[in-house]
Amino acid sequence: MTRSFIIALIAGTLFGAGLAVSGMADPTRVRGFLDLGGQWDPTLAFVMAGAIFPMAVAWLIQRRIEAPMAASQFAVPATGKLDRPLITGSILFGIGWGIAGLCPGPAIAGLALSPSAALIFVVAMIVGMTVHRSFNRSTA
Amino acid sequence: MPVPGLIGGLMIGFAAAIMLLGLGRIAGVSGLLARAMRISDSGPPLVIAGAFILGLPLGAFLVAQFIGPVVTRYPESSALLIVGGLVVGFGTRLGSGCTSGHGVCGLSRLSKRSVVATACFMGSGFATVAVMNALGMGW
Repeated sequence: MTRSFIIALIAGTLFGAGLAVSGMADPTRVRGFLDLGGQWDPTLAFVMAGAIFPMAVAWLIQRRIEAPMAASQFAVPATGKLDRPLITGSILFGIGWGIAGLCPGPAIAGLALSPSAALIFVVAMIVGMTVHRSFNRSTA
Repeated sequence: MPVPGLIGGLMIGFAAAIMLLGLGRIAGVSGLLARAMRISDSGPPLVIAGAFILGLPLGAFLVAQFIGPVVTRYPESSALLIVGGLVVGFGTRLGSGCTSGHGVCGLSRLSKRSVVATACFMGSGFATVAVMNALGMGW
């Protein structure tokens, strides 16, 4: 329990530090990547490339070991089947990302950097998630 | 800025690798936030989700404190933050992930679902900014 907490806290802290170092905590820079017609800012592509490399190695290791170091088993999502919610949800996410220049990670990290503006976005995001849950429950 | 981008990206990738190889979990921020806020019934134990989410602002704070100023240029309009946040919250739950879960963790294992999801949110992100600019709503 304590060990899980510490490992997850270290991972989250390194992730948040990486967002700050990379420039991705700055919504204007993220928007600059999404603005193909303007002064295009390629930084986000470098961040993705830098992040995908160690993670690809991690997946290769994951295939060769039975269990993670501090848990009984791997709990990773299925990769195959495409469905409508995946596509509709991802398109909606991109719209919100373009509107505010923020996705969930940088917004939460931003609570320590630009608290008032980040808090507005984070609260709205949690409301959006809650709306999705009630919507899901009423149709299920 | 390519170099800070690459370095920050490597840190993000290592963080995701720690979550996978240490705890057997995906470092998907939207899913972990939903779990930490008890919006989602599935996912990792609350203690893992809560600790990871807590770490995000902690890490950003440490960089600002000990490495140097972190630029954050937010849109001035609260309306954009509110509408953007609502749509991101709803969309990431419906689409089962965001830039971290699909973009970093999914693409790196060549998940078909994540490749399609990333193409969708990148595409709609590009389109949204283009439309906003055309309507004079750019910031």
